[in-house]
Amino acid sequence: MSKSSVDDLVEAGSEYHAGFVTDVESETLPPGLDESVVRFISARKGEPQWLTDWRLEAFAKWREMREPNWAHVHYPPIDFQAISYYSAPKSQTDGPRSLDEVDPELLRTYEKLGIPLHEQAALAGVVPDPAAIGTPAGANVAVDVVFDSVSIATTFKETLAEAGVIFCPISEAVHSHPELVQKYLGSVIPQRDNYYAALNSAVFSDGSFVYIPKGVRCPMELSTYFRINERNTGQFERTLIIADEGSHVSYLEGCTAPMRDENQLHAAVVELVAMGDAEIKYSTVQNWYPGDENGKGGIYNFVTKRGLCAGPRAKISWTQVETGSAITWKYPSVVLRGDESVGEFYSVALTNNRQQADTGTKMIHMGKNTKSTIVSKGISAGGSENCYRGLVRISPTAQNARNFTQCDSLLIGDQCGAHTFPYIENKNNSATVEHEASTSKVSDDQLFACQQRGIETEQAVSMIVNGFCKEVFRELPMEFAVEAGKLLEVSLEGAVG
Amino acid sequence: MNLLDVSNLHASVETDDGPQPILKGLNLTVKAGEVHAIMGPNGSGKSTLANVLSGRPGYAVDGGEAMLGGKNLLDLEPFERAQIGMFLAFQYPVEIPGVSNMEFLKASIDSLARARGEEQPNTASFMRTVRELAGSLDLDPAFLKRGVNEGFSGGEKKRNEIMQLLLLNPKLALLDETDSGLDIDALKVVADGVNRYRSESNGVVLITHYQRLLDYIVPDYVHVLSNGQIIESGDKSLALELEAKGYAWLT
Ligand SMILES: Nc1ncnc2c1ncn2[C@@H]1O[C@H](COP(=O)(O)OP(=O)(O)O)[C@@H](O)[C@H]1O
Ligand SMILES: [Mg+2]
Repeated sequence: MSKSSVDDLVEAGSEYHAGFVTDVESETLPPGLDESVVRFISARKGEPQWLTDWRLEAFAKWREMREPNWAHVHYPPIDFQAISYYSAPKSQTDGPRSLDEVDPELLRTYEKLGIPLHEQAALAGVVPDPAAIGTPAGANVAVDVVFDSVSIATTFKETLAEAGVIFCPISEAVHSHPELVQKYLGSVIPQRDNYYAALNSAVFSDGSFVYIPKGVRCPMELSTYFRINERNTGQFERTLIIADEGSHVSYLEGCTAPMRDENQLHAAVVELVAMGDAEIKYSTVQNWYPGDENGKGGIYNFVTKRGLCAGPRAKISWTQVETGSAITWKYPSVVLRGDESVGEFYSVALTNNRQQADTGTKMIHMGKNTKSTIVSKGISAGGSENCYRGLVRISPTAQNARNFTQCDSLLIGDQCGAHTFPYIENKNNSATVEHEASTSKVSDDQLFACQQRGIETEQAVSMIVNGFCKEVFRELPMEFAVEAGKLLEVSLEGAVG
Repeated sequence: MNLLDVSNLHASVETDDGPQPILKGLNLTVKAGEVHAIMGPNGSGKSTLANVLSGRPGYAVDGGEAMLGGKNLLDLEPFERAQIGMFLAFQYPVEIPGVSNMEFLKASIDSLARARGEEQPNTASFMRTVRELAGSLDLDPAFLKRGVNEGFSGGEKKRNEIMQLLLLNPKLALLDETDSGLDIDALKVVADGVNRYRSESNGVVLITHYQRLLDYIVPDYVHVLSNGQIIESGDKSLALELEAKGYAWLT
């Protein structure tokens, strides 16, 4: 075999591009979890009594639950008492006026990530000068940053406010819009939904809150960048998005985390509620630190995401590009309760080295003429394990429901694994459920065909993989599609020696 | 200086039963401006020669030399060989689903430019050039948006190879049975493309099984490959002779 054959490409590790720790002064709670920690978090945020109680209730339930073990992932037991459950950057109360006032460490972090200057300012919470952000991306993307556990910046508030859109940290919404938060928090993902959702409900740090009023088309993409920044700090974001009747919103979530040795737990909860004729498009690019090539370090990404199509013709669409994390355990789902409602799941999950991903979706059809589409692209390289797990449930009430599932796996090298577990529960004879699956390899012939035209090996692999993902990337908003392509390339570096 | 210099090349193909020697001391010299046809029975090692020269995985070089423009090809990675001007038109072009033809060509031309320290062409003029080339090879412009060779007919795949040849304009073109499976009209289009490519500064090695292609691309030399060696060389008349008598009289 020549040096450039596929088998040889799977060796050698790569440097994690976003791997660095920003040294920002922070206030961190010592490790450990009991009722007093839950009370501390709630008090620290000045939460109303009902929310403190809600957290405590969740904590009580969590204590009775056990960690799930059905996923196709392996890891040593997590010591939940070794995790710190609260950390906040100190200076968050008075935001910077210009980039000069922003912690230079933070700016260096953004620089390494290749974030353009105007976006850096937005990310760092600088109130932007409109003339300075003339680019379309700058003008159309509103950014809410979760830097560690507390949102330190929210921008473009005015434009959004004019449209009546509420986009703020959920900790703020608890105070400014308590009726909405109280009504919908836990309405799609109840406290005891699963072990990690219960944990999140008890200790959630912060996250985004979005409300789009009736008939409003959100004037810009809403975007959140998440970073985990403190050693040993668990991240427990909580996001709640409500699209009222006939409204429309596209929400982008991007994550990238600094390098560190210890495994870190990340247990987020995202709840979406789409009323009749409303549409929510939720896109994620997940690039948490995956650990090194020997499986040391990396994020445990145990996330619960679910959307409810509450009214007729509601539509919820999940698009995800998952390239990071040591372990991913994530099933963005849609409950199709409204008649003629639509659920979509477009996913690219890439694993390399010793990464493990168990991801997929659940489409729960309850309303008549409901329709769901699932397109999953799993890419496994190195010694990684990549597993699609999906459930399509057609309830007896879901007359003429339709599902189409396409599930493709691409293998790079022969040390990795790809698995597909599609579950179908059909309780209505009038339903149509279609499932297509394929497994292919990046072949020596394809690589050679690219190389013979002068394209270097790494770029060739990335191009072939990008081609494989095309149907999903098409679903991403423009600025995210570019980022996603770049991420695949970075994530595959270890796979292509 | 010779463009291509292959001397005493020994190479084997890796099989499940271990390496199997195919090329057994092959010599070939191509000067700029020349077209060499290599003919030979099935299994004689024609594709092996093309693959070894371009660095395809699955082969081992057991001895000898191969130089392109004075550089030792055998030391280079496949993409480096391409970057110094080696081009192989594949006998069986492979499909790359989801990667559009246009995107692939752009990646290729940009890589070559980068490697040579040249400026990358601007996208608009590049796309115009490609569309014109496609048209000149009777290829529907819509096919540029399709995945590389994805669902292409046999003839389209071969014409696509020739389009790449014309676009990339390499120093040396190895064409491995580009004529096989083509009807006469497609054959003429392909031959016309190769003739447009021919110039005083480049060379062509035309691997073919049939002499009919040589009616349209007239070679300067014809070589017969048999059992891993070139056993006979001549001009175009050798090809006609082969057609009349078969290969048996030579071996
Ligand atoms: N991958 C392979 N595995 C086993 N044998 C092979 C392989 N590739 C080529 N060969 C053998 O090598 C010899 C030369 O093949 P090839 O160069 O393709 O011949 P030609 O192109 O002249 O028809 C044949 O005997 C063929 O069977
Ligand atoms: Mg052949």
